[in-house]
Amino acid sequence: MFEKMTVEDCLNSNREELIEQSLERIRSTDPLIKSFISVAEKVQINDGPYKGIPIAIKDNITTKGLKTTCASKILENYIAPYDATCVKRLKDYGFAIVGKTNMDEFAMGSSTERSAFFTTRNPWNIDCVPGGSSGGSAAAVASGQVIASLGSDTGGSVRQPASFCGVVGFKPTYGLVSRYGLIAFASSLDQVGPITKSVKDAALIMEIIAGKDPFDSTTVSRKVDFLSQIEEGVEKMKFAVPEEVYEYEQLDNEVAERFEEALKTAEKLGASVKRVRIPSMKYAVATYYVIAPAEASSNLARYDGVKYGLRIEETGLKGTYMKTRNVGFGEEVRRRIVLGTFTLSAAYYEAYFNKALKVRRILSSDVNQILDRFDAILTPTSPVPAFKIGSVSDPLTYYLMDIFTVPANLVGIPAISIPFGFARGMPVGLQIMGKRFDDGKVLRIARNFEKRSPYNDNGRIPLPVVRI
Amino acid sequence: MSYRTVIGLEIHVQLMTKTKAFCPCQADVFELPPNTAICPVCTGQPGALPIVNSSMIDYAVKIALALNCDIHEYSRFDRKNYFYPDLPKGYQITQYFYPIATSGYLDIDVDDQTKRIRIRRLHIEEDAGKLVHEGDSITQAQYSFVDMNRCGIPLVEIVTEPDLSSPREARSFVEKLRTILRYLEVSTGDMEKGALRCDANISVVDETNNIQSNRVEVKNMNSFRFIEKALEYEQQRIIDSLRNGQNVEKETRGWDLSTKTTVSMRGKEEESDYRYFPEPDIPPVILSKDRIEQIRSSLVELPDQKIERFIQRYKIPRYDASVLAMNKEIADFYEACVKQTNKPKEVSNWIMTEMLREMKQLETEQINITPAHIFELFSLMEKGEISIKMAKDIFPEVFRTGRMPSEVLSERGMKQISDEKLIEQIIKRAMEQNPKAVEQYKSGKTNIVGYFVGQVMKETRGSANPQLVNEIVKRLLEG
Repeated sequence: MFEKMTVEDCLNSNREELIEQSLERIRSTDPLIKSFISVAEKVQINDGPYKGIPIAIKDNITTKGLKTTCASKILENYIAPYDATCVKRLKDYGFAIVGKTNMDEFAMGSSTERSAFFTTRNPWNIDCVPGGSSGGSAAAVASGQVIASLGSDTGGSVRQPASFCGVVGFKPTYGLVSRYGLIAFASSLDQVGPITKSVKDAALIMEIIAGKDPFDSTTVSRKVDFLSQIEEGVEKMKFAVPEEVYEYEQLDNEVAERFEEALKTAEKLGASVKRVRIPSMKYAVATYYVIAPAEASSNLARYDGVKYGLRIEETGLKGTYMKTRNVGFGEEVRRRIVLGTFTLSAAYYEAYFNKALKVRRILSSDVNQILDRFDAILTPTSPVPAFKIGSVSDPLTYYLMDIFTVPANLVGIPAISIPFGFARGMPVGLQIMGKRFDDGKVLRIARNFEKRSPYNDNGRIPLPVVRI
Repeated sequence: MSYRTVIGLEIHVQLMTKTKAFCPCQADVFELPPNTAICPVCTGQPGALPIVNSSMIDYAVKIALALNCDIHEYSRFDRKNYFYPDLPKGYQITQYFYPIATSGYLDIDVDDQTKRIRIRRLHIEEDAGKLVHEGDSITQAQYSFVDMNRCGIPLVEIVTEPDLSSPREARSFVEKLRTILRYLEVSTGDMEKGALRCDANISVVDETNNIQSNRVEVKNMNSFRFIEKALEYEQQRIIDSLRNGQNVEKETRGWDLSTKTTVSMRGKEEESDYRYFPEPDIPPVILSKDRIEQIRSSLVELPDQKIERFIQRYKIPRYDASVLAMNKEIADFYEACVKQTNKPKEVSNWIMTEMLREMKQLETEQINITPAHIFELFSLMEKGEISIKMAKDIFPEVFRTGRMPSEVLSERGMKQISDEKLIEQIIKRAMEQNPKAVEQYKSGKTNIVGYFVGQVMKETRGSANPQLVNEIVKRLLEG
């Protein structure tokens, strides 16, 4: 069945029909799910070992000749003059890009409700959000519209929607995947990552998209092996669980139960689990919401109506700037620009931005010390499962849900979310974080959970049935 | 009442690297059609990222070394955020928190005295684009065009301490800096083309009442002369205000060429908050000691060193050495000529008077002739085939056309007349025509010799060998 196929399955089968099947699946299911902002009118066929495998790309990653909107009115008709490096690499390996997926505007959000165009639905329950900001990419994979997709993860934007939609989402070590062509939200945190139906697929895609890029000087030349150890066991490995997970008041009971089951599974796999304290973790969300909006306020300055994108002319230069940006950006984006502009202003730089940088260093050092003693840190990906569309309106509540995912971005370490059971009928994600450049080990641990999870069928994750 | 002027400079230098600061576009965009040297990076396309041009770092280190700065092994780029149509990203990549170099100095000569001007900092940044306004002026324009060719051209900004105490010193500082930049071959230093841009902060201290005026920033001074003129004007304006008990506004003023005054551009309340923060797209610049030393050892001889060497080696006056060293090409040309002619002082005289005059008249900084031209000219004079006057007569043509002196001479039919019989004939004729003069000589008026020499020169249109004429005139008059 096409909708359940992984990349690995595709490699072992006739691939001629796959693109057409994908387009057909999108035609039939997308009016309901709404994963895509645009679908390619004519899919470009590329040669390579993965020829004919249809994938989707989040709409903040540039694709030559296809619109890249960031789910924003300000870029509604923007067609980038170049392919992002990760897109180019996927094409070079034969992958076919069938469309661009919905997201929270400029990746600012965790539900895809902040898209300027429409909200994507969760394939497990269309009344629920798919998570975000890569909600379209996660929903497209979960609903079987594509074999895999790319998302971007600034504070959990790959892992949290993967968790909400019951698929695999991987955020690599910062610097492994080129950001060239990823439209910046918060440059020091952004990282492109795969959303897939299996851990091995995530590793396969990482093998292709990772690597030094002369167009992104924050990429590292270090070679990381994602794949070759993936089937090996985790006996004698030591996993750390932060006490702070249990102290978090909003932790959903059923999520907590699944997490406990996951820890038992770890022990069955021959690993040991120990509780640790990471005191600085409780400041992670606050730190993140200072640093990310600050960088965003600068990164989004280029959308001024002068060169490309939306332009609404008003009297004078300033009038045009203000009108264009007021109309072009949604409320959440404007909120973050204002926040970031404030924390970077000369009077508050020390009190906010610089302090956040210091806390970020402390958190990094705390987390790295734990990872010197343990093979991985385990947490739930999100404290709650997918919630109802429109049910969370207070920004602070919304931000606080990022508590378990933002540390990996602030520290720059690899982290994966894999499905591990359900809470009130919606998928729950288990997050595994590892040391910088231990991406291969994180994938290997995840693969062990995937094989042993009582919720999986012979090592395959359950996928939703989309009723059309 | 006595007043003391305090001036500090902020100078932007466009580096002549092959490519721009953070992308592979060509950096020499002079006279290119608008928006033809651009790419996704320098036009701020969504998703594009900057890549540091490493030769830009080398150039900056060279300048920092020449200005005796401390060069930092760790420096970093930051973003300076502001909105303007010529700034496509909405921020300029610069070095604010950790500049590549600090604490240097440059010695300048003022009234035969050496004065040390301290350099506060030196950092790297990118240039912005250019706005071209439709119509006559920005205020009348219905719309403006943006030319992004200049976006991302590497700049070095040099900030001095307020050690300059007159407009003239300010001018000498920038002149000397340009000489150094050209020696280093890191910038064209052309002020008119914007490759060297100078802003000044000026204030005046009323020493009698011990009050210091507010600081005024002066911009738009796009030539050495305008630096001096604008600052002279501004200095006087501030002194007048102090004298009249008026407040001097802390503001930015621009030199207005048409009125030869400075006019207010913006006041204090319009100062921007640039919201500087570390540029997350570029890792810190780490300069190893080895790399710094490597660049140091590759530095060319700098003007001050050259002056000392010229004085020592060629025994020419300090003044000559300074004039020659002002321009590296001229200094190199001088040395090459001396090597061939072995006449250090004569060559220096020739270059300083004849050649520099020609260059000034032609408004060129290029030397179109080779040391062989000078060598030939000097040998012709030495052999007595031409007089110094003839040499001076033909030099402009030699310099302009690049043809050899002998060629120009033969074309003009000019050759020094050293034919004794011919000269004798001319003198005899003149003596016959003017017996009175001969008698005057005999009665002791020996300076009458000059009259006869003049007659010969007139007859030969200046081409007779003057020494020979002199001898023969004396001999015939005595006889």
